[in-house]
Amino acid sequence: MAVRAMWIAEISIDAVRVPVKLYSAVQDKSVRFRLLHEADQMPVVQQMVVPGRKNPIPAEKIRKGIEIERGVYVMVSSEELTELEPPESREIRVEQVIGREQLDERWFDRTYFLGPDEDTASYFALSEALAGEDRIAISRWTMRKKRYAGALHGTQGYLVLETLRFANEIERIEVLKTPPNRAPDNREVSLAEQLVSALEDEFDAAAYRDAYRDQVLDLIEAKALGKIVKFPKDKVSRRKSSLAASLEASLKKGTKVSSGD
Amino acid sequence: MATEAKAGEQKDPRPFWRGTIAFGLVSVPVELYPAVRSHRVPLRMLSPEGIPLKRRYYCSDDGKELSSEDIVRGYEREDGSFVVVDDEELEALSPQKSREIDLRRFVNRNEIPIRLFERPYVLAPAGESTKAYHLLAETMERTNRAGIATFVMRGKEYLAAIFAEGGLLRAATLRFPDELRTPDDVGLPEPEPAQAKLKREMQAALKKLRAKELDLGLLFDEDAANLLTLAERKRADSLDIVEIPESELDDEEEDSNVVDIMSFLKRRIEGEDEGGDDASDDPEGLENQTKHELYQRAQELDVKGRSTMTKDELIAAIRAKS
Repeated sequence: MAVRAMWIAEISIDAVRVPVKLYSAVQDKSVRFRLLHEADQMPVVQQMVVPGRKNPIPAEKIRKGIEIERGVYVMVSSEELTELEPPESREIRVEQVIGREQLDERWFDRTYFLGPDEDTASYFALSEALAGEDRIAISRWTMRKKRYAGALHGTQGYLVLETLRFANEIERIEVLKTPPNRAPDNREVSLAEQLVSALEDEFDAAAYRDAYRDQVLDLIEAKALGKIVKFPKDKVSRRKSSLAASLEASLKKGTKVSSGD
Repeated sequence: MATEAKAGEQKDPRPFWRGTIAFGLVSVPVELYPAVRSHRVPLRMLSPEGIPLKRRYYCSDDGKELSSEDIVRGYEREDGSFVVVDDEELEALSPQKSREIDLRRFVNRNEIPIRLFERPYVLAPAGESTKAYHLLAETMERTNRAGIATFVMRGKEYLAAIFAEGGLLRAATLRFPDELRTPDDVGLPEPEPAQAKLKREMQAALKKLRAKELDLGLLFDEDAANLLTLAERKRADSLDIVEIPESELDDEEEDSNVVDIMSFLKRRIEGEDEGGDDASDDPEGLENQTKHELYQRAQELDVKGRSTMTKDELIAAIRAKS
């Protein structure tokens, strides 16, 4: 079944314009639970209250406070928040085209497909132009009263837009230095390298499925049918031994490790 | 540029989760910390008079206020009925995986599609010896490999990629492939061959914008900066300021201030702190657990009066019982 477009926009690259529609590329399949009151199995509702007082504060009366230092808040009104909203626009503006390796995994947030908005010729021309190289186009836009930054790229003949996290969201772990004088000895290094290559494979996303999700759904189904559910109770214990000995033992069963799943 | 709100006193942050990477038969104990902050601007919900609000739970039928002891988790079936599932049942589904990050494969780090990346974490070394951690990190970095691992955390299975850079391990949870729509699912039309002239036009336009390095200014959070500027301006004019006494600050509240994990990780990873030395007087890491985790532990141990206990009281009661 086709998915509804979330937004209609126009990509601008220098003087070129490409009309597009935006679709969520993700479909969350997590098993969702609801909180229930144990006694009567009725759903639980959450409300915000002033500690020590009985009556909850209705959503429209809740005010927002921005913490400017620990324990100090500035209250802002909804009028003030409205004033800060960015002007509406349908433009997805490409600002920079850079190598894919310039951004590591921490920057990527949500993923969207872009589809053509009637003009299929310019859409597929851009998809091909972008797919040819290992580059991404850093873009900015305003959608639903919020500013976004994203990376536009071509995949499987289509345009994909990944939203990016902002610089203030990323912890600056680059400044951490590794401790000195802890170099492992040559034997350990060579064993570790052998073990890495024994486990080496091509990345095949299709090989992974959420077996746990299936088990949870099976459990729910069994319980719904009134079946008694029994669980295995085995624990894997790990023997203590030296790092080198563990690496060697891992390599000995290496063929098993790399072929079985 | 926006200045970040400074939190006053810093406690060590608690790890998001602890686990052990199984690298062959080698165990590499690690702690997970979020590599990104969840709040761009520290916001909190307040009453009209400015009193910080707390979340409370009520029964939708009789309106009774509920404590965590009264609440269970239910799965809604198609017919609208609920099946109650408890934590023990969920944990029992995969006992062998409880704390294990099963590092199954090593792949070329550029082979993992961007679309799969979900949440990023820093994996800090834990436990008494960090030797295996450093060996794994260095080997992965030298061979330019990323690890693919699976683990179960809080009742959900995760697929993750593990990266090594600068001697530090990072992880990103990955979406399972069946959670990604295909162009066909979305209903996109079949790709048509690009017209040569149009494609050249696109290529020329893209080339004009080509750059060697990312301009970080493009990832500046203008919306957050505007909010903070508004807050600073109102503060300068002494408008709508609310001060909450230290005694009422509750770090358990989900909207509470952002913890700075950097100074902590600096100590932990750069080595002044040997890691895991807190284990001597807190072998179970109780101090680092959330109140909810402590509560569940107390429930397992059948601690009486647990629903009214504070975090410290829960820790004391658990220690007395175990």
